[in-house]
Amino acid sequence: MSRADWEVVIGLETHVQLSTQSKIFSGSSTAFGAEPNRQAAAIDIALPGVLPVLNKGAVERAIRFGLAIGAKVAPRSIFARKNYFYPDLPKGYQISQYELPVVEGGTITVQVGEGDNAYEKVIELTRAHLEEDAGKSLHEDFHGMSGIDLNRAGTPLLEIVTEPVMRSSDEAVAYARALHALVRWIDISDGNMQEGSFRCDANVSVRKKGTEKLGTRREVKNLNSFRFLKEAIEAEIAYQIETLEDGGTIQQATVLFDPDAGETRAMRSKEDAHDYRYFPDPDLLPLVISDDWIARVKGEMPELPTALQARFRDAYQLSAYDAATLTASREMAQYYVDTVAAVGAASAKPAANWVMGELAARLNKEGRDITDAPVKPAQLAGMLARIADATISNSAAKKVFDALWNGEAASADEAIEKQGLKQVTDLSAIEPIIDEVLAANPKSVEEFRAGKEKAFNALVGQVMKASRGKASPAQVNELLKQKLGAA
Amino acid sequence: MLELSLNQLAAGLSAKQFSCVELTQTFLDRIAALNPALNAFITVDRDGALVQAAAADAARAAGAVGPLAGIPIAHKDIFCTEGVLTTCGSKMLENFVSPYDATVVARLKAAGTVMLGKTNCDEFAMGSTNENSAYGVVKNPWDLSRVPGGSSGGSAAAVAARLAPAITGTDTGGSIRQPASLCGVTGLKPTYGAVSRWGMVAYASSLDQGGPFAKSAEDCALLLNAFAGFDEKDSTSAERETEDYTRLLAKVPADPAKPLAGVRLGVPKEYFGDGLAADVRAAIETAIVEMEKLGAVRVEVSLPQTELAIPAYYVIAPAEASSNLSRFDGVRYGHRAAQYKDLMEMYCKSRAQGFGREVQRRIMVGTYVLSHGYYDAYYLQALKLRRLIAQDFSAALAKCDVLLGPASPTTAWPIGQMADDPVQMYLADIYTVAINLAGLPAMSIPCGFGAGGLPVGLQMIGNYFDEARMLEIAHRFQQATDFHAKVPAL
Repeated sequence: MSRADWEVVIGLETHVQLSTQSKIFSGSSTAFGAEPNRQAAAIDIALPGVLPVLNKGAVERAIRFGLAIGAKVAPRSIFARKNYFYPDLPKGYQISQYELPVVEGGTITVQVGEGDNAYEKVIELTRAHLEEDAGKSLHEDFHGMSGIDLNRAGTPLLEIVTEPVMRSSDEAVAYARALHALVRWIDISDGNMQEGSFRCDANVSVRKKGTEKLGTRREVKNLNSFRFLKEAIEAEIAYQIETLEDGGTIQQATVLFDPDAGETRAMRSKEDAHDYRYFPDPDLLPLVISDDWIARVKGEMPELPTALQARFRDAYQLSAYDAATLTASREMAQYYVDTVAAVGAASAKPAANWVMGELAARLNKEGRDITDAPVKPAQLAGMLARIADATISNSAAKKVFDALWNGEAASADEAIEKQGLKQVTDLSAIEPIIDEVLAANPKSVEEFRAGKEKAFNALVGQVMKASRGKASPAQVNELLKQKLGAA
Repeated sequence: MLELSLNQLAAGLSAKQFSCVELTQTFLDRIAALNPALNAFITVDRDGALVQAAAADAARAAGAVGPLAGIPIAHKDIFCTEGVLTTCGSKMLENFVSPYDATVVARLKAAGTVMLGKTNCDEFAMGSTNENSAYGVVKNPWDLSRVPGGSSGGSAAAVAARLAPAITGTDTGGSIRQPASLCGVTGLKPTYGAVSRWGMVAYASSLDQGGPFAKSAEDCALLLNAFAGFDEKDSTSAERETEDYTRLLAKVPADPAKPLAGVRLGVPKEYFGDGLAADVRAAIETAIVEMEKLGAVRVEVSLPQTELAIPAYYVIAPAEASSNLSRFDGVRYGHRAAQYKDLMEMYCKSRAQGFGREVQRRIMVGTYVLSHGYYDAYYLQALKLRRLIAQDFSAALAKCDVLLGPASPTTAWPIGQMADDPVQMYLADIYTVAINLAGLPAMSIPCGFGAGGLPVGLQMIGNYFDEARMLEIAHRFQQATDFHAKVPAL
């Protein structure tokens, strides 16, 4: 038996913190990083007599999500109480949606892998529901006691649950990335993973290939980076396969991932699972969402990444991979759209290459957001136009890009002018250079005539070098062939 | 001053026959004299009351004020009052001072009332006798050896003993109407959603309603005008136009001898069955005859699901209570055990020490009925019964304007009589709990006296948000009778 004999089954539950100014059931601020308990009002600390009032902004964000994934937005959903005792859960229950969630179904299409092995996969979602976050227990620095910070208590969350349809950690990460991009795209969350605004729980099980029955799952909690998500799932798969192959059984459990040790550890088993005693919260009326409300939200939705990807593929002949990469964020897509709009659809492909290539690499290297890229779409478009009309070669374009990036020139034309990067297209200027090169390299000429294609390329290289990059490679090619009588 | 209606008190203040401070002092003195025997108040805020009274005098001197400006009142100790102890009758909250006012409290404050203090009640409003208070049982002013009813027993006893002209209460399964009946005062439970629950410490959220106790229906109407109405802080509060609960009281009847002409009184036969004490039955029947003399027509109706109300109530109310009371965990406020070895022990000890027996019993029942495997059998069944019960009332109220019956099967019983038999005590709620399950408004008005001169209350049940009509009928009855004006000898 080996890894190849097993099929991995993964479902993800993602807690997305919604970007409302105030909490889901109180007016307290949701801003991150305040002094402990400074953003915890009467409702958040569950004083006697307080009551929750639902924040419409949180509902609106849930509707937006439902529309974005083609799900059913429930006309009527119910808030329930999930009862358990914990010091950072002030009411002794969490208000969440249980039997009737606000969003049901929907799909997210993801690109898995790159290059030849890339494929597209449709991930089915089970549901998404609104709930409140708990506070935080702080176990350090309190001399044997625990500290409680209730600033986070009552922060609005959308819990997004997939069907168990992912078959590898790559698929899980691809889904998580696509979801992360989507929630930021539709502006329902800042997606800040360091601050816990986007956390994944992975339900992992394995089964023998060819069998139908799902294996016993273990749930890896609270993964707040894509790398940890991948590592945790891999560690869990390895553990489960090894256990089963050694003749053991998997116990249903909740586990935590220790990134330092690279392994998962059981937190609690099914035996000590809580009975949460869910029941409808009598303090809140059923959440009723009218068709009008949905229509209004729909009218305010931005064009979705899937729609843009289709447009990129159809109108600009981009590959699915390129289209997905360019729509990784709304800002990147906007940058690309602006660039193409300025330079013209004929340069859509080179524009994609530059945005995903040189621009992305530079941004990454300097840790900048695309919104504050020193080279603006109009400037990039100007440069692409000069490539298209053969004013500059690709290698010269890199120098132009540098100049624009470093602020040495305000436009591509200025950079070309200043640095003298204009391609020499005047035949009378190139011919003497070619003649000189042919005269100086009789051996190469000989080899070419003997049928060696490589020799031709060497000659082109010599001409380009002699012209200091200003000659157009296409022209050089053509002229050389004429001179060598090979045209 | 003790016997004046709220309108008469306001008139006396306006005419400067007495000042707010004098009025307040009068009631404070009476509380000082009688409360040691009655135990109706948990907290008396003497200094605060006099400060508020002086402010009310100043406001009256300065000009236009509302009808309740300077009127002394008190609150059931289940309403949060900023800066004044709010115990809920529990050891759990023996040191709890709320940093905010309940909406009912805030609105009565804004109306210029003077708060004398906080009245005793069954712990977290759970009980029918006031014996479940951590601060001792309240005595019935008509017979100090008897219970005042509950859970708002302190409020009812205090109004009966004229310790305050008007006091708030809460009613989850009869906690206003039953003590009003047993103490011979007027008490009204509004339609669910009519009064904000913000700051009213929850027992069973889907059933709890705040309401007034006073000497008359007219006074209750004035209080409701001050504190009822939509509140954005309570999602279950009804968003309706502002109601004037007194609007039908001043109407001059076409025939002064028949002020109830055209009123149809529904009499449910199930409310007059075997469990009803003879003296209570006699007083109720006499009251109905009196109303017929005033022009009303008696209509026989049926509420077939009446017997199912108690089991439904004693599933739903404890279920909600078990969750509502989870916040009392000793972590942030309230009682925390002095010694514990870990978190679980801190929870267990704090709650075992902080909660009394009846509260613990209901938390256990509620936890049980919500547990996995029992939810469908108990909680869901109870919700179904609840719908059937509401349908019963709708059908009956389609045939009449109000329903009439007793609020309690007996007059006040001796302290200790049912203390060891909770089920027997639950059964005494037979005439009141169904109304909360249906969410209807209902009130109890004094309608006579039973054996031993103990007061009997007539329960009147109205249609949704039809309090004004119910108050009008009660008012006409009170204009023609003087049961409500009788005062116990103290």
